[in-house]
Amino acid sequence: MNAVKRAWLPALVLLGLLGGWEALVRLASIPAYTLPAPSLVAATLWQHAPSLAASWWFTLKVTFGALALAVAGGALIAAVFAMSPSAERALFPVAVVLQVTPIVAVAPLILIYVESTTAALLLCAWIVAFFPVLANTVVGLRAADPQLHDLFRLHRATRWQRLALLRLPAALPYFMAGLKISGGLSLIGAVTAEMVAGAAGRETGLASRILEASFRTETPKMFAALTLLVATGVMIFWLSNALSRRLLGHWHASELPRRD
Amino acid sequence: MPTLPLIAVDRVDKRFPGGLLALSAVSMTVAAGEFVSLLGPSGCGKSTVLRLVAGLDDASAGSLRSPARDGGGSGQTAFVFQEPTLMPWATVFDNVWLPLRLQGLRRGDAAPRVHQVLADVGLAEFERAYPAALSGGMKMRASIARALVTRPRVLLMDEPFAALDEITRQRLDADLLHWWQQQGVAALFVTHSVAEAVFLSQRVLVMTARPGRVAAELAVAEPYPRSAEFRLSPRFAAACRTLGQALESASAEADSSPGDGR
Repeated sequence: MNAVKRAWLPALVLLGLLGGWEALVRLASIPAYTLPAPSLVAATLWQHAPSLAASWWFTLKVTFGALALAVAGGALIAAVFAMSPSAERALFPVAVVLQVTPIVAVAPLILIYVESTTAALLLCAWIVAFFPVLANTVVGLRAADPQLHDLFRLHRATRWQRLALLRLPAALPYFMAGLKISGGLSLIGAVTAEMVAGAAGRETGLASRILEASFRTETPKMFAALTLLVATGVMIFWLSNALSRRLLGHWHASELPRRD
Repeated sequence: MPTLPLIAVDRVDKRFPGGLLALSAVSMTVAAGEFVSLLGPSGCGKSTVLRLVAGLDDASAGSLRSPARDGGGSGQTAFVFQEPTLMPWATVFDNVWLPLRLQGLRRGDAAPRVHQVLADVGLAEFERAYPAALSGGMKMRASIARALVTRPRVLLMDEPFAALDEITRQRLDADLLHWWQQQGVAALFVTHSVAEAVFLSQRVLVMTARPGRVAAELAVAEPYPRSAEFRLSPRFAAACRTLGQALESASAEADSSPGDGR
């Protein structure tokens, strides 16, 4: 019941926006190649369902693959940094360089160096997505209460006990905040890389469908593909929020019930 | 033959890296099973003494002996901080299990001791609760349970009840004496409350303001167990008055001495 109560307001706003959009297109007689009505976008989605579904599946694979690698890579590198300050000093600048270099500029090079297009796309999306997990987890691993560190010292905890029982749990809220950002970035990375790659490779994703449709001025089809990308982004956002609630809901202020 | 004190602090100085002299020639002892309080104004170095005794910090000069510094078993010294310092992601049970877990004791093997100590502190029904669901007093009880679960020889407490309301504080003071007697542990208790020091301790050491040193010592002869009536007795009032005066003159002495800030 509470979920229904919470959902009705945003649902109403969304329906209002869609209704306004539909009315605007119909009343102003805007041509479909300029701005298709939501009803036409829905019809186009239905009409091209098989090809769009295949492309969507490809984009999903790249996005979630990159996100999984970003989570594993970011958290692992952060743990290495936490255990070895010299490793952090040596490698953090490399991570920063990867983060600040625009992926659109690097993607063509990666596509040349990496033979498999799928692997190249995964690598591009990973480069975009891993930094928030890494940077946040590094901060989180240092964020445990100093008095708890004292307690672990008093009881002569080993480095591994300290990592597993204190630093990793204390880093979890920071990691989750990084994951929420990385989730969106992995989709952006996957789409951007595919835009750069064009229609290369046997399998192609939604970005290729958008490019293809734009060459043919099939605006409704562009919107249909865009709708699926938006749905993917919303799904990632919803999944990461659900995971955050599951992992932090019983103890961390960010997920405890609000009292205001 | 007199036995050696469990804790012996002899002419200890502590100078922090910035040059600040926190302690100057502090000397004190605590015997096995004794209850000693350190009383002094804020910033006089009481907590620093505890950290030195716990082996969490090193002295700049002088000598220090305590189970934590002499390489005794890891569970011989327990520390209760000013804040409950519980792991918020872990249940009360898991928080109390922690010191035993760090010693390598599995959950099942540790469970009887954890259950027992939680029952002793009145938290038997809250084993599965997370700290966020507990009141301030209950969190502190969990923190004390975690300290007692290893059956330590030394219990170091750094103003543990300072943030609690007066009723909870007095109740915890009385319970603390009960647990102390039950376990026979040596307690070194830091406080800035004259009344709390008198109610709890066999001896109270009064420290001067920075640089801290022990300026006076008062023995509280009242036998244990001490009940709430003791707080209302003329003996309690007299001891508080004497201790209050000692604290005042220790502060005045520090104000008039040039000290060594740097």
